[in-house]
Amino acid sequence: MDNLTLLADGFGAVLTPENLLFCAIGVLLGTFVGVLPGIGPAMAVALLLPVTFGMDPVPAFIMFAGIYYGGMYGGSTTSILLNTPGESASVMTALEGNLMARAGRAAQALATAAIGSFIAGTIGTMLVVFFAPALASVAVQIGAPTYFALMVLAMIMVTSVLGGSPLRGFIALFLGLTIGLVGLDLNTGQPRLSFDQPLLADRIDVVVVAVGIFALGEALWVAAHLRRSPLHVIPVGRPWMDRTDLRRSWGPWLRGTAYGFPFGALPAGGAEIPTFLSYLTEKRIAKRKGVDEFGKGAIEGVAGPEAANNASAAGTFVPLLALGLPVTATSAVMLAALQGYGIEPGPGLMTDQPELVWALLASLLVGNALLLVLNLPLAPVWAKLLRIPRPQLYAGILFFAALGAYAANLQAFDLFLLVLLGLLGLAMRRFGLPVLPLILGVILGPLMEFRLREAMAISGGDVAGLWSEPLAVVVYVVVAIAVTAPFVFRRVRPAPSAVLEEPGTPAQDQEKVR
Amino acid sequence: MSEQAVTTIVVGWSPDDFGEAALSRAVEEARLRSGRVVVVNATRGDALVDDRYADEEQLARLTADLADTGLEVDVRRSMGGDVGDQVLDVAADVSADLVVIGLRRRSPVGKLLMGSVAQRILLGADCAVLAVKPPH
Repeated sequence: MDNLTLLADGFGAVLTPENLLFCAIGVLLGTFVGVLPGIGPAMAVALLLPVTFGMDPVPAFIMFAGIYYGGMYGGSTTSILLNTPGESASVMTALEGNLMARAGRAAQALATAAIGSFIAGTIGTMLVVFFAPALASVAVQIGAPTYFALMVLAMIMVTSVLGGSPLRGFIALFLGLTIGLVGLDLNTGQPRLSFDQPLLADRIDVVVVAVGIFALGEALWVAAHLRRSPLHVIPVGRPWMDRTDLRRSWGPWLRGTAYGFPFGALPAGGAEIPTFLSYLTEKRIAKRKGVDEFGKGAIEGVAGPEAANNASAAGTFVPLLALGLPVTATSAVMLAALQGYGIEPGPGLMTDQPELVWALLASLLVGNALLLVLNLPLAPVWAKLLRIPRPQLYAGILFFAALGAYAANLQAFDLFLLVLLGLLGLAMRRFGLPVLPLILGVILGPLMEFRLREAMAISGGDVAGLWSEPLAVVVYVVVAIAVTAPFVFRRVRPAPSAVLEEPGTPAQDQEKVR
Repeated sequence: MSEQAVTTIVVGWSPDDFGEAALSRAVEEARLRSGRVVVVNATRGDALVDDRYADEEQLARLTADLADTGLEVDVRRSMGGDVGDQVLDVAADVSADLVVIGLRRRSPVGKLLMGSVAQRILLGADCAVLAVKPPH
């Protein structure tokens, strides 16, 4: 059990007072941003990027891991108590969770969500411990063509399969790829899209893009919709559950984990599909048992999707650590943080930076446990956060956004770029363009170009070099299936959206990216 | 009697003790003067949650309670920059003879930070303002 020894070393690194403190800060901060709809862990990590460049990579990533899991957890609190799922992954939790809360069972709903998240997150992280090194040891042998194909796969899946509209997804993706192209060509030294501006030739800093799109774009969007009819939060005490709830929850927890992890671990990511599948499964099982409380607040309908959600979040660490492929906005920004430390993400990460990787995995487990300990008693406090007036909240975010964008390079020009990108973020929200493909394009685009150039150099400029490896061909076949399958299904069966729109699906007026 | 002659009492209401205290006093006054009551429930609408803005259920209960009094009642809800200004706007609109508000205890520092709806109404109203406190 080599992996377990390494994980134990990771625990040794995490369980110092200083690192535990960073883990706790990350978890609290993550829950804070997760509870508030509209701002999420991706924005929090982006805002913290400049701060962490002064720190060692290990504590920085321990904090990021805490933010990631904390954000997942915080989102479920809001969906249960307020019926406003901040992210698409929480939509299913909100369905039954809010009904439970209305029926006076908010405490049980929060408890099953918290414990389910903990169990799914722990199992998921343990699976990462075993899968990621195995995948990485295979991945070091794959060549540039396969690598390029995998990146194409990740982008296509995230863009066309996950979002509601493939067209909007691709517009966002190409915007991101274009932003990623700005600057000097690393191979030839030619300036691209720099409009003769020496500052642009230096490439646009990822921090500025992430902060501009996430923080400034969101702040402008909120400012444009400042006054909205306030909601009532359902009062809740300390979450708890009795033996009956526990007996009804453990099955959904485990099944949800089984759905969530594979979807997260595929370079497609996304928690929408597994949470939906988990919800349907639990509903069917409940019906067969004859205790169908769905539609009246069934605890199974909270336990299953919430576990699937967190298992999928854990699963996304497999492609991130083993292949350097991020599939959620938060992991994309974390990848940018790795690059900021001069660490090359990819299959070599596990062998080049073992301390960092295993400390990160150990901190995921520690953070998960901390979340459970902190959140069960603190739920009423988190609910109070929803009373913060938007002007005060976003003033704070704008302050940190401007500070972060300036601190990245100490250039006033970056603030100008920040405003431009903020306006772009606002326009994207206005026209319903998803943010995730853009940020993926910005961060993955240059890496992808590097692999493309490498593959072309090997083949001497022959395009056929791109499918010279058998694995690359397999990946392209998967891409082709992923692109065509939705069209075929739509022909054969009615649009899946007809099934997805269950009565009472809460309206989503904002999109939060993980 | 013409419409203008009826005494109009505006009450700043919220679904809590302060709102209830103000409302019951306003109803009392309206009975004494055989006037009408205009209930204002306002919010800044800039936070996700505002417990002082009534939801449908609380509004239905309010309407039912007021129907029992047999008085002429008007319930208005609004959203804008300042809750005090919204109450004053309604008071000006219906040319109120009296504004009734619930007063909460607040420390000087708390008032400095949070501002005061009551102070805004007291200073800005053209008519008499009656401030009541809920019973302990």
